[in-house]
Amino acid sequence: MTSSEQRLAAIRGGVPPRRHNARTIAALTGNPGCTRRAMLDGAGVDKTGLAERIGFPARFGQSRFAITRGNTFEAQLKADGGVELLRLVAERLGVEPGDRADWTDLGAADDLPARHTRSRELLTAAVPTGPRQPAALFDHPLLSLEVAGRRVHLEPDLVAARLAGRFHVVEIKSFPVIDGQADPAKVSAAATQSAVYVLALRELLAAAGHDPELVSHDVVLICPRDFANQPVASLLDVRKQLLVLRRQLTRMDRLDDLLAAVPADFTADLTADPATLTAALARVEARYAPECLASCELSYFCRHEARGQSGAMGRPVREALGGVGTVAEVMALASGERTPEPEQAEAAALLRAAARLRADALGASA
Amino acid sequence: MSTLRALAKAQAVAAGVAQPVATVRHVHLHERPLVLVPLALAGEANAPLAALVGAAPDEAKLLIVPQPRNRSQRFAFAAELASVVLPYLDAYRGVSEAVAVDRGRDVRHRYVDAPQLLVPNPAGISFLRLLGRSTRFRRPDGEYPVHPSVPLLGRWLTFFAERAEHPGSSALLAMTDALTLHWATGQSAVEDLHLPALLGWIEPSAGLTGAEAAARAEDPSTHPPAGPATDPDFDNRRLAPAIEAYAEAEEDPQARAEAYAELEALLRDQLAPTWELMWRGVGLLRGLTPGARVEGRWAGDRDAFTAHAEHVDSGGGPQPRLDGAVAAAVRLHRLERALTSYAVQRAYDDPLVMAEHRLAGEAFVGDVTLADPKRVDDSGKRPVLRPRIQLVTTEPVLVPVGATLYCPTRPSQKARVVFVTPGADGKTEVVLELSGGMGRGLTAPPGSVPEVGERLCYTTLSDAYLPSGAFPAPEETPWTHGGPPGSVAGAPGAGELPGGELPGGELPGSDGDPGEEWA
Repeated sequence: MTSSEQRLAAIRGGVPPRRHNARTIAALTGNPGCTRRAMLDGAGVDKTGLAERIGFPARFGQSRFAITRGNTFEAQLKADGGVELLRLVAERLGVEPGDRADWTDLGAADDLPARHTRSRELLTAAVPTGPRQPAALFDHPLLSLEVAGRRVHLEPDLVAARLAGRFHVVEIKSFPVIDGQADPAKVSAAATQSAVYVLALRELLAAAGHDPELVSHDVVLICPRDFANQPVASLLDVRKQLLVLRRQLTRMDRLDDLLAAVPADFTADLTADPATLTAALARVEARYAPECLASCELSYFCRHEARGQSGAMGRPVREALGGVGTVAEVMALASGERTPEPEQAEAAALLRAAARLRADALGASA
Repeated sequence: MSTLRALAKAQAVAAGVAQPVATVRHVHLHERPLVLVPLALAGEANAPLAALVGAAPDEAKLLIVPQPRNRSQRFAFAAELASVVLPYLDAYRGVSEAVAVDRGRDVRHRYVDAPQLLVPNPAGISFLRLLGRSTRFRRPDGEYPVHPSVPLLGRWLTFFAERAEHPGSSALLAMTDALTLHWATGQSAVEDLHLPALLGWIEPSAGLTGAEAAARAEDPSTHPPAGPATDPDFDNRRLAPAIEAYAEAEEDPQARAEAYAELEALLRDQLAPTWELMWRGVGLLRGLTPGARVEGRWAGDRDAFTAHAEHVDSGGGPQPRLDGAVAAAVRLHRLERALTSYAVQRAYDDPLVMAEHRLAGEAFVGDVTLADPKRVDDSGKRPVLRPRIQLVTTEPVLVPVGATLYCPTRPSQKARVVFVTPGADGKTEVVLELSGGMGRGLTAPPGSVPEVGERLCYTTLSDAYLPSGAFPAPEETPWTHGGPPGSVAGAPGAGELPGGELPGGELPGSDGDPGEEWA
């Protein structure tokens, strides 16, 4: 165990690190400037537990109706050895599905390392060699990715399809595509998650000495169409998401640098006193933005902490206030109570003019 | 985000309560708006779960779907909703008025009033749009017959959802949008979408700051979300068992009735708090005086309502799934014009909105210090009345010489900037030459030219009529836009069969689209 690993273990309070999945890795790409988050995620801290312990529980429940629907749709697609799935994917890629396809379920109930070895062996053996190969589908492959210096196993319920000389990641989602349109937020989340799988699959091939580009950056997204259960396939180009992801993963690899900037007694040990935890967290810089509410378990705590800061109301608000950091400062500059710093002169003039105009208009109407 | 609005948000944080960003009301508010609070089942494609609907606080009618995955129950819900919505719409189809068109050469009729739908948030509008989409192509005959009111409801919901995209329309409003148009909270735009939190900022309970009230309102166990999405905890712990109990009681009528009542009570509890908040929101908006141009925009809604009612009466078909190229371009053009005119009208109606433009250098307020109302320009072929006035303002004047300005209190008059002279004391003198709005003679009628001592606002924003663009007929769609419709089979989206028919047969019991082949 390296000293960094020891330190991370100490931060967690000795418990094993929380396992990442594609969703949590995808979430890392949001708000890359937040040290607190990079730190906690890098250490594998149970943020849900932490948030609850300090009195700001996250609200990321999932309705069982949604889960049931997702499972039903997936089962429907994978029935009969994935014939329907293959037809959809081939049609969307514009290739012949061929008269037969190999279906390999890699999700057998072995232990993780055995499953991972099996996935690696079979996927490497099936590496695309040319367009003449028959189609092959791999269900529940167990992939892995290096996150913050640790191997993280990914258990996608996606399918890797070998068609026309390339591997394609196939992602099945249960949100509907109605008249060719889907919820943009959901599509973008699906794209980022799929990019995690593309990256992991590419690393797997590269490690075996194959060309990583054999894994296509075009992900096939399969959703129910309109209001029915009929599936429809679409292509998602995830090149941009891959770039963001790589950048963020590289950043987390430099966790040592981050650790150096964190106080020596920093702790996120869930058994510690909530006041201690709150005090410890306060010493690691966060960069709260309202977008955090949708993705980070600790966001309610950070929001509470960021109260009074102009950025807590959203970046556009902060920008419109000339980048002035706190509400108190904004108010003091607007009323002219505070003499602006030289670099604030322009913002201060704008705020004073705005305050005068508001008072003028509200006074006139009263 | 304008600096003025951002400052109002900062002031809201400092004061602990939302701050006004409008001095008048910019939306029309009906005497009897139809408030509709929908809930959808998580995970499904817009499957209705329940709704509370009614045109007065004590007229709440609860509709529920005991088995939301059952397609016939979905359409039974739509039929029930239709039995509330359609009579409400018909109530405004009694009296119409004549409107002169084509400069008085012709006349058309429009209803003197129109219906108004209110939902809690923009997601509620999306819900209605998709409910409209899923019902308007259904048929009362054929493989999966529905009640005849279902497709009609679908067409009207689609009408309202399209209207809601039209800037300045009040036919279908999301309460959170209507409130944030008039108040700025100390939280972010995304948090403002939560109606309980938004009202917490606008009207915090005694002893609480807006931020505290909003934080309390975020607890879904005490403040159920305003829909259409439900709280996952509620789904898992309470709704799912109740739905199962109902399904299991299939054989036993008494147990079934009890299970139904249980489900009803559960869903009413989830919806009732939002219902209260909706009417509180209505009350807050009613407390504001409507802006001068609100009535004119509502007339546009009445026009649209009349036109759609006539379209339906005359046997016109339902709105297409996707607009054709020409229809899409025309629609976009119409929306852009509406957006421009709406922005101008709000500024003209409301000094606080105009202040945003003053801050941006698009308007200034000054005192008239000199006026020459009799000035005649005789340099052209015939003499014309061109009075000049001088204003003195303390605001920065960013408009160039030669620019045309308008005054909200004299909207038909143009003012050309002749001189801009910055003074040493921070004041600026502006000389304007006026034309229009003074009759045809060489003498200006009293009051048509500003007098010395008046304090006036001049702006580059013009409320003048915007001419509409010219577009080709659909059968002349240029090839760059796909050519005339019907020329290329199945052009949109390769991999889809022409006509949008589903490939293969329907799965038994699937929620297919048997009515899609609208003839």
